[in-house]
Amino acid sequence: MAEVKDIAENKKAEEKFYSTLNLGPTHPATHGIFQNVLKMDGEIIVDAESTIGYIHRAFEKIAEHRPYNQITPLTDRLNYCSSPINNMGWEMTVEKLIKAEIPKRVQYMRIVIMELSRIADHLVCNSVIGVDTGAMTGFLYVFQYREKIYEIFEEICGARLTTNIGRIGGFERNWNQTVWDKINKLLPELEKGLKEFENLLTRNRIFMDRTINCGPITAEKALAYSFTGPNLRAAGVDYDVRVMNPYSSYEEFKFIIPVGTNGDTYDRFMVREKEMWESISIIKQALEKIKKEPANIFHGDVPEFYLPDKQEVYNNMEALIYHFKIIMGEMDVPVGEVYHSVEGGNGELGFYLVSDGGRAPFRLHFRRPCFIYYQAYAEMIKGRMLSDAILTMSSMNVIAGELDA
Amino acid sequence: MENTLLAELTDKLKTTFGDDIVGSEQQYDFPVITVKKEKIVEVIKALHADGFNFLTDLTGIHYPDNKGKELGAIYHLHDMPKNRRVRLKALASIADPSIPTLTGVFPGANWMERETYDFFGINFKGHPNLKRILNMDEMNYFPMRKEYPLEDARREDKDNTMFGR
Repeated sequence: MAEVKDIAENKKAEEKFYSTLNLGPTHPATHGIFQNVLKMDGEIIVDAESTIGYIHRAFEKIAEHRPYNQITPLTDRLNYCSSPINNMGWEMTVEKLIKAEIPKRVQYMRIVIMELSRIADHLVCNSVIGVDTGAMTGFLYVFQYREKIYEIFEEICGARLTTNIGRIGGFERNWNQTVWDKINKLLPELEKGLKEFENLLTRNRIFMDRTINCGPITAEKALAYSFTGPNLRAAGVDYDVRVMNPYSSYEEFKFIIPVGTNGDTYDRFMVREKEMWESISIIKQALEKIKKEPANIFHGDVPEFYLPDKQEVYNNMEALIYHFKIIMGEMDVPVGEVYHSVEGGNGELGFYLVSDGGRAPFRLHFRRPCFIYYQAYAEMIKGRMLSDAILTMSSMNVIAGELDA
Repeated sequence: MENTLLAELTDKLKTTFGDDIVGSEQQYDFPVITVKKEKIVEVIKALHADGFNFLTDLTGIHYPDNKGKELGAIYHLHDMPKNRRVRLKALASIADPSIPTLTGVFPGANWMERETYDFFGINFKGHPNLKRILNMDEMNYFPMRKEYPLEDARREDKDNTMFGR
């Protein structure tokens, strides 16, 4: 008789009323269009299901119909917080395919750009973690440095957000003195700003109470879910593409890979914070190295991909032919497939490119780190409070533009 | 160094799997190994035990001219401690595009397989939740296949004959 009663009670427990909560699609606290259907027991999340999509922009399909030069603007829009890294990653993929030699100065200039955009990306992410814990001040203070970095991008290429910076083989034009002045002026300001920001948050009791042990993930789980970037490093795995598969002369630079221990929100915050200091140090080293290189080199010798100077086009037959071929998208591309990855703002950004020798790639696949993170989100928030779910999402730095490519 | 990795992996896999390893070649810095689709999960399990503990990427490809093996699933595996990378391919026919799922080995393959299904229609057998992820559920075609052009063929306001589209 007792057994029957137990079964009945268990059944009753199973049928316990859970409320369903739709977090999103566009919720003010989620930074983008994310829908999460949560099953709530009071304030505890019992079950969650994440859905994405419907702002799908078919980048991979468009890339199959475009010449190689015209694919760079598509990559801007993936992670729009650090679009120059995406641009450079794509250019380096094509350079790997055509086996192009890139001069050292161009490689160092690329490193300066990539590290600046990494700082911009991390600044936004970390200050937004502050906002989600209720600290608007840090966000407002720190955002001006992102603006200053964007001014540098604007000076180089004319755009702030969708940069389209760089070309296959190098840069469109040499950087003027204003760019160098702005970078030199920015670095000390950035160091000061970062220190202020860290004074505000890193040892702040409220911030620590809120973020420590919030949305943790173990190293094994993170690896099984194919995490990369700061989210993986926060769990204690020192995997960084810049060190393991160096590109663009990263092997010549001295920097450490910051790692965390718990993989919780606080560790993710701290890993990003320390990475920004490393980035500043890398930029300083790169600026020193650039001084030793001849100042007039800003692209490699890849005439089939690199649009020649206008004066050349008017006076030189070869240049005119190359100009015409590039505009019409008729380059000689070797047949083959190549995978190249860079350390993006939040993880390994990979490009899998299959070429059949035609004017456009036969297949191009973007390995977007955010798409891969976000599938673990539902598991990370299960059994936790609703307010922790918001904080977990912002600390994973999921960018909506990368979810669908 | 890369070529020795290709030879080493091919030897090791051939002794275990024999004729199930269809092809192996070197593409830039990646060894590429083609496996019969029925055996792909076993091969990846063997590689996982050998140290390839990280699934970097999983995607699909459509070769319309490769009769009988039009669709392919492409896996990038990474052995982080030794920094070895390998690309695996499993080809399936478009009439029966079923490939066993990898979610049992890597839970992270879940969404990558859903995305591949969404775009190429590769039916990952045993997947816990194989439904569309980026497109509408009502869609009855697979847009990344080569037979679907980028632009709507019914449009008459554009003349693309000069632009090779």
